[in-house]
Amino acid sequence: MSNPTVAAISTPSGEGGISVIRISGDDAIAIADSCFCAFSGERLSSLAGYRAAYGEVKDSDGAVLDDGVALVFRAPKSFTGEDTVEISIHGGRVVARGVLRRILECGAKLAAGGEFTKRAFLNGKLDLAKAESIMGVISARSDAALKISQAAKSGSVSRKTEEICEKLLHTAACFAAYSDFPDEDIPDLEPEKFISLLSSCEEELSRLIEGFDMGRVVSEGIDCAIVGKPNVGKSTLMNLLSRSEKSIVTDIAGTTRDIVETTVTVGDITLNLADTAGIRDTADIVESLGVKRAIERTKTAGIILAVFDGSSPLDNDDRLLIEEIKDKNALIVLNKSDLGSNTTEKDFEGFTVITVSAKNGAGEKELAAAIEKLVGFKNLSPDDTILITERQRDCAKRAKGFVDEAMASYNAGVTLDAVGVMVDSAVEALLELTGKRVTNEVSDEVFKRFCIGK
Amino acid sequence: MIPKYKAENYDVAVIGGGHAGIEAALAASRLGCKTVMFTISLDWVGNMPCNPSIGGTAKGHLVREIDALGGEMGKAADKTTLQSRMLNRGKGPAVYSLRAQIDRRAYSGYMKHAVELQENLDVKQAEIVSIQKDDEGWHLLTRLGADYLSKTVVLATGTFLGGKVYIGEVNYESGPDGNFPATELAASLKKLNLPLTRFKTGTPARVARDSIDFSVLEVQEGDEETFPFSFSTKEAPKNTQVCHIAYTNEQTKEIILKNLHRSPLYKGDIEGVGPRYCPSIEDKIVRFADKKRHQLFIEPCGADTEEMYLQGMSSSLPEEVQIEFYRSIKGLENVKVMRNAYAIEYDCIDPLALDPSLEIKGHKGLFGAGQFNGSSGYEEAAAQGLVAGVNAAHLCLGKKPLVLSRASSYIGTLIDDLVTKGCSDPYRMMTSRSEYRLILRQDNADERLMPTGYELGLVDEATYGEFLNRKELKEREIERVKSVFLAPSEELNQVLEEKGTSPLTTGTRLSDLIKRPQLSYKDLAPFDKGRPMLPNEVAEKVETEIKYEGYIARQEAQVAEMLRLEKKLIPEDICYDDVYGLRLEAKEKLNRVRPKNIGQASRISGVSPADISVLLIYLRTE
Repeated sequence: MSNPTVAAISTPSGEGGISVIRISGDDAIAIADSCFCAFSGERLSSLAGYRAAYGEVKDSDGAVLDDGVALVFRAPKSFTGEDTVEISIHGGRVVARGVLRRILECGAKLAAGGEFTKRAFLNGKLDLAKAESIMGVISARSDAALKISQAAKSGSVSRKTEEICEKLLHTAACFAAYSDFPDEDIPDLEPEKFISLLSSCEEELSRLIEGFDMGRVVSEGIDCAIVGKPNVGKSTLMNLLSRSEKSIVTDIAGTTRDIVETTVTVGDITLNLADTAGIRDTADIVESLGVKRAIERTKTAGIILAVFDGSSPLDNDDRLLIEEIKDKNALIVLNKSDLGSNTTEKDFEGFTVITVSAKNGAGEKELAAAIEKLVGFKNLSPDDTILITERQRDCAKRAKGFVDEAMASYNAGVTLDAVGVMVDSAVEALLELTGKRVTNEVSDEVFKRFCIGK
Repeated sequence: MIPKYKAENYDVAVIGGGHAGIEAALAASRLGCKTVMFTISLDWVGNMPCNPSIGGTAKGHLVREIDALGGEMGKAADKTTLQSRMLNRGKGPAVYSLRAQIDRRAYSGYMKHAVELQENLDVKQAEIVSIQKDDEGWHLLTRLGADYLSKTVVLATGTFLGGKVYIGEVNYESGPDGNFPATELAASLKKLNLPLTRFKTGTPARVARDSIDFSVLEVQEGDEETFPFSFSTKEAPKNTQVCHIAYTNEQTKEIILKNLHRSPLYKGDIEGVGPRYCPSIEDKIVRFADKKRHQLFIEPCGADTEEMYLQGMSSSLPEEVQIEFYRSIKGLENVKVMRNAYAIEYDCIDPLALDPSLEIKGHKGLFGAGQFNGSSGYEEAAAQGLVAGVNAAHLCLGKKPLVLSRASSYIGTLIDDLVTKGCSDPYRMMTSRSEYRLILRQDNADERLMPTGYELGLVDEATYGEFLNRKELKEREIERVKSVFLAPSEELNQVLEEKGTSPLTTGTRLSDLIKRPQLSYKDLAPFDKGRPMLPNEVAEKVETEIKYEGYIARQEAQVAEMLRLEKKLIPEDICYDDVYGLRLEAKEKLNRVRPKNIGQASRISGVSPADISVLLIYLRTE
């Protein structure tokens, strides 16, 4: 089985100073040689790895497409682990596409999305966690999602996992010595040390798992329900946040009878907004259905924006709503600040209250800051280790389960042979996370993610 | 040129009469093959050139497994036990390990007689100087010119093969215990282009019992309740001797460090690699420099000898240095050394050259077992001997080879490790080498392997019948304790509270009570009116299986997971050079090991998960 040589433009689309076209595979250098002519007259095939040549890319009729620098990488010392040529040419999408077309004419195939990463993984240049993160970078939709994927790409997931693994292996080694060399005068295991080691692993794993949920919020957005009694300005607020007229705004209470959804970006956060029907006692069957759904939404939403008309005193419907959102992740939005204030913060004890005018946009910044704070990842930094796929999370979760069980069994007085097996299993789950251990799951994931075998 | 003469023809010829050779010869002849076992000295069949004991952690498991497959080691050990202990009591049933001090000469005598009595088996004292294959089969030439012809050969050469003994500045070609070495055979094997390498091992001094001051030493008694190794031994072995514990001290350390330059190992005379898990005392002192003292065990070598073995004190330092440091130990101040400690270096094969059947790849009919395959230890040797003997016989009989899986046994794990991972130092079995140790217990070796032993024809009807009976008793009792409920009572709750576990408020399933770590099956006997009389080993098994039910189930799930990878077969004729994307190192390793399936391939060191992915893709697209 031979792998075809592939090529693609490796710089992001758009106007830039330069574009890089990468060619990777057994024939990469030969293909580059057939369209790139160095001014020195040297053939690229005569260059050692990491050497560059300045020259021109010529079309089949000899016309110069652009001048640029060709950088030669020799296998296995390249990103993909294969022979690679990277040609840097002058910017412009059109020029870059022309050069790529010429390279394809010379025998390269167009690389599929993630193809270089796939090859790097298959050639042992990347572990699975890193490969997954690069795929994440490629498909990241928001800045924050990109940040997470980049952090993972730098190897922080693998590093963190290995750190935990090492601690667990140390414990496993103690067990092994203790059981396998009973005559060797090996000191007994110290229970406190053992438990503290395991619980530190447990904490780190918990953090990783929580981080995944946050990472998902970043890449997929958080569900946010806008609720309130009729005509307090929910739809106006939604339109303010989404800067469009998604919800029909009228003065007639009960206009929004079903849920209107849209996705907005507030600061670093993607909110999946849902504008709901006003919550009130109503005899209208259609409207009451909407109210029922609105209440359902408060139960499943990640955050709730509860809207009140700040210009009028609270009534029973308002109090009903406050009761409904108690103990939930909710922000109180006091709307209609342009019409004056007839409520106090005391009415909403225990909640963060933001006063806005959805109509004229007053308080919008404060609202954004409060939402970010409520979601709670303003502190997200590229140093944080964040798991980025369900597969990784599943491995971490299994590992944590085994560590929990090891501690519980140990504390319950279960003998060390069984406890030791739990620790071993935790290590295995973590090795699976980084792809250091082969299981069906890992290889299936490889097939799934990289469209292999098609 | 020595004149040759034509000697007998055999199906299976075993070279070596040690622990591997004996099991190989017995298994092959019991399967009906005409078998011969060659030994350099008939007086040393089944010799224990090192520690006078059998079993220990993981090794005890191996002996039980050998027995379940119809081997001899466990029976011989039970007949010649001086002291018996179950190690690791309290650390959990998976790591309980039986270890027995053995009367060395009695054991050897038992084994010699067993091979002599065996039908289909000839036992011959002869040194094989060459083996060669032609169209007729394997020719084995003795020093005296006899030319034996055999369909198959099992190499069980131990430390005899190219053996060389080292004591300080002195070294000479020798087998163990002063036997002569098999030097010419080593040269002959090199001509076959077998990938041979050199390993070394060592043994401590034997000293005179009456020169030891036992009054200042710690006594180590045998267990009150003892268990036999063999499933067919009816009587529990008796403890007739004790061991003693002593310690090295600062002075011992000083003497050794002062003389380190005279150690052949540190001088670089020995090229062979020694066992990491059984280091010499000088090794221990250098490697664990901060340790104040090292423990040693003083063990009897037999009932009718005054020789005592100093476990943990092997050395290759000069004789006078040995005497000096042994005498620095409290209790050994006036010790008389009867045999000095020594290191021995020998030839063995790189086990990656072996098939899981223990046949050497590319040399049809040639098998290896024991130290020749890179392992260390009597039990490891015997286990491989049994498998090699069965497979040599099966080759003659046209039957499929016996390959035991990792999930079935320590024997399977041992062989898989050797032929898949190879070894850089003599391989010793340990419980931590098995990922399935909760199900590979010494108590259930019969359930795991006796059906195989019976099917092979190595376990007789009576033994197998008893096994089936034990199994049924166990299963019935487990069923019963799961259906019996104990009602709360003052007496019961008093016992529960005494044991530190919560009292009952409602009726509780007996099995749930047994599951509590604080309670044993025995503790609950007074409250369990319908309990049948069960043999001890059955009662213990019931308790283990109930207590560890959840953990055992999980391990069984892991086994199933592994089997999925084992079931992805790799074609025999695969050409790894054609697999695009395999790294060079992986190609080389895969070509050497030629794994049978993806599971085995994934265990090869130097083959990464990425390589496995590449291989899977290749297999999927082909």
